[in-house]
Amino acid sequence: MGLGAALTGGIPVFGSPVHPDKPLDVVDVALKKQLADVALNAARSKGATYADVRIGRYRNQFIVTREDKVLNTVDTESYGIGIRVIAGGSWGFAATDRLDNDGIARAAELAVSIARENARLQKEPVRLAPQKGYGEVSWKTPIAKNGFDVPIKEKAEYLLAVNAAAMKGGASWVNSALFLVNEQKYFASTDGSYIDQDIHRIWPTFTVTKTDDKTGKFETRDSLSAPLGIGYEYLQPDDSKKIKTVTTLYRDRYDMLEDAALAAEQATAKLGAKSVEAGKYDLVLDPTNLWLTIHESCGHPTELDRVLGYEANFAGTSFLTLDKWESKKFNYGSKVVNIKADKTQVGSLGAVGYDDEGVGAKEWDIIKDGVLVNYQAIRDQAGIIGLSESQGCCYAQSWRDVQFQRMANISLQPGKSPLSPNELIKNVERGIYIVGDGSYSIDQQRYNFQFSGQLFYEIKEGKIAGMLKDVAYQANTQEFWNSCAAVCDQRDYRLGGTFFDGKGQPEQSNSVSHGAATARFNGINVINTARKI
Amino acid sequence: MPLLSQDEAQTLLKKVLGFSKADECEASIGGSEGGNIRYARNSVSTSGAVNSTELRVSSTFGKKQGIATINEYDDASLEKAVRRAETLAQLAPENPEYMPMLGPQTYQSAARTFVPNTAAITSRLRADLTGQSLDIAGKAGVTAAGYLENSASFSATMNSKGLFNYSTQTDVNFSVTMRTTDGTGSGYASGGYNDIASLDVAGNSKTAAWKAAKSGGAKALEPGKYTVILEPAAGIVLLENLYGSLDARSADEGRNFLSLPGGKTRLGEKLVDEQVNIYSDPWNETLPTRNYSSDGLPQEKISWIEKGVVKNLNYSRYWAQKKGVKPVPNPDGFIMTGGTASLDELIKGTEKGILVTRLWYIRSVDPQTLLFTGLTRDGTFYIENGQIKFPVKNFRFNESPIIMLNNLEALGVPVRTVSGEGGGAALIPPMKVRDFTFSSLSDAV
Repeated sequence: MGLGAALTGGIPVFGSPVHPDKPLDVVDVALKKQLADVALNAARSKGATYADVRIGRYRNQFIVTREDKVLNTVDTESYGIGIRVIAGGSWGFAATDRLDNDGIARAAELAVSIARENARLQKEPVRLAPQKGYGEVSWKTPIAKNGFDVPIKEKAEYLLAVNAAAMKGGASWVNSALFLVNEQKYFASTDGSYIDQDIHRIWPTFTVTKTDDKTGKFETRDSLSAPLGIGYEYLQPDDSKKIKTVTTLYRDRYDMLEDAALAAEQATAKLGAKSVEAGKYDLVLDPTNLWLTIHESCGHPTELDRVLGYEANFAGTSFLTLDKWESKKFNYGSKVVNIKADKTQVGSLGAVGYDDEGVGAKEWDIIKDGVLVNYQAIRDQAGIIGLSESQGCCYAQSWRDVQFQRMANISLQPGKSPLSPNELIKNVERGIYIVGDGSYSIDQQRYNFQFSGQLFYEIKEGKIAGMLKDVAYQANTQEFWNSCAAVCDQRDYRLGGTFFDGKGQPEQSNSVSHGAATARFNGINVINTARKI
Repeated sequence: MPLLSQDEAQTLLKKVLGFSKADECEASIGGSEGGNIRYARNSVSTSGAVNSTELRVSSTFGKKQGIATINEYDDASLEKAVRRAETLAQLAPENPEYMPMLGPQTYQSAARTFVPNTAAITSRLRADLTGQSLDIAGKAGVTAAGYLENSASFSATMNSKGLFNYSTQTDVNFSVTMRTTDGTGSGYASGGYNDIASLDVAGNSKTAAWKAAKSGGAKALEPGKYTVILEPAAGIVLLENLYGSLDARSADEGRNFLSLPGGKTRLGEKLVDEQVNIYSDPWNETLPTRNYSSDGLPQEKISWIEKGVVKNLNYSRYWAQKKGVKPVPNPDGFIMTGGTASLDELIKGTEKGILVTRLWYIRSVDPQTLLFTGLTRDGTFYIENGQIKFPVKNFRFNESPIIMLNNLEALGVPVRTVSGEGGGAALIPPMKVRDFTFSSLSDAV
């Protein structure tokens, strides 16, 4: 509902005062269907040949702390409607937070009029892959404990305990935060779908800083947590889900207190670590590091909108052009490189029942035995690569943004032979073991990249020989993935990810996970990043 | 939803504060209306119109604070937001760094940030301007991808201690990338203004088409240190990371590039070449910005770097009180002074060098030295004896803006520029810099 309406009075009220520790009030599905039909009917009556509607209610909660202080407890809520139409063969979109019949009908009319303005510049009409309506259906993120149900005080005190553990471990400073996200979104289209979804995400994180007053130098170590599509149970430590190498790593459950204490020790150790000698090394990349490399060098270049040129003005195009896919033999990586897209993966950030244009979630191969076999597409692109239906990759960050092609969970499949990270390290003569994500950058066609990390350990003759610093690795995507010599097995498979996968104009954020097991890459160029100013 | 006038905003915020039972309460409302059009493959891809608002309520009991936001404005929803902020505050631990809310402030007169003609842009005008750009692409035989957006916005804040402020702003931004049909050349141009009259869609489109045509068949040069001329659209993405790091607290805490041994900082020290002067001025006619900061303090004209010396750092209200100095809020726009040379004159005065149109995917590598990495993009050219000789393949760089500004050779005429990364606007000159560090080649076009 809009501000203009509030000033004149007379409004439907969808919420009553709630306690912040209570879950977000859920708008009644029957009311949402009624509002959606107002939009669909208005769009059709103005001449739209297709329309879809997203009614979104989004609640976020952030708790931000440093040392022994809670800096912010923030609760945000946003509610509105986005209406997308095809008229005259062209897309149009309008969004409003005025959720009465008049406001919705006006937005639908505006979307149609925008489509008609654009139609005169359109070379070819939009063609949607067919999608059967699902009728009235629903989907929820499978969570054991809703983070919004946990008292604020308990969450804040937990973060302060995390900070105390870091300070006790020798940290100079520590910043920590907990982010909770709940997307309640209702989708309806002229295809006959009415889809109600309740999506949850969680991200606990921190940065520990150690300063050296004598030299004026400082080092940081970030949390090794992953943002995930699960509930507050993520913060319940489980020793059986920990992976021990030279450090401690976490799968599905996170021991934030333990990680903070260790981070303080490791930040201190980084200050005294050896500065890396630039050159070629065999890299052993933990999933906490490799997820981001997968995201940038496989996830993005296989997005079909980039391949086709829709992102040329901002996020860029892709080196994985259609001819490479058509050849059926483009050698993206070595034989051990198998990469899947999966919108159904339990616990992942990208898991949904249906995407934001009403297509059911699915999984498919992107790289099979090292060869490029597919892309990530949505309804108006599917036909271009000969698909009879969309792969369900459409997403909008809120009701106010138009949906478009976004990255599915893209994951490196674990190796088929038994192999643990420690066993993998034993076979490396001269290498670096990298844990955690750090600096990252890649060109607009996804050839040349540079990544850093949080922890770097020198490997000499199969053994960890001490900590390094000032490390970044640079490579060409195809050469890098062809240097992949081994991937650990399923026992080591873990998800990493981000809430902030950016693309589009205006830019939108997408939440996406990337799974991997620890993997080895031979002969990668490592640079030394130390400078003097 | 129309933009709220000052009176309407005042009425609504008073109502919100009327629900408060907290020791202190602050309510802010912001909203915008506007539209956008996006095109690619020489055709419109997506476009839309959005209007939205958000109310933010911050409630405090003692030193316990909670914040809630909402975008529903019936009385029940307004009260819900206030109650939620209050409950959050009551449940939160004390924040020893909490600063009492400001009382009434005196602001200098508002700059001309709102231009009615920009607020009046229609979907038809957006489509017409896009048509101009597509026509230029068609005639040049290149493929265009571009984006045009406009918005009109307002914001207002009122608190229980008597503070009230209100501002309005319009923005129109355009950017375009033109690529040769064989994919071997790419060119880019952009512009962003408060006033639609300053926007030159056709001019930008012609520049992008020219660069696309001229950048095909690029030659590979060895990575290494080169003299570069950074066009403003390239320079801004490094400079904005310098501006954003001029923070007193992190420097005092020993975790900033300005930190020195013994708890000292580089404030007052010469940091970069003496040609470098960076300041902020909300009343600059080319880059007008809001006359108050996000925490309600009046904005002033402030010198940040003068003749290469660090003159001021950002002090939050808390840190200023702790250090016994005046708070210095972050400005909304930075200005770097330049010289009188045009870009062409800078090129003419260069014996050997590389012209960089745009830098991309800038990320911090080492905050201790402000080292960043990123790549050139959309038109990179080799200069010899004062002339552009041939296009070169793109490079990855690893460089610090501090080192870059110490290696400054010459500055051109400052122009208003929009960051292709952060989206913010600044007034900066083209820069000629020696020994800029390119660390590897990229095959990307």
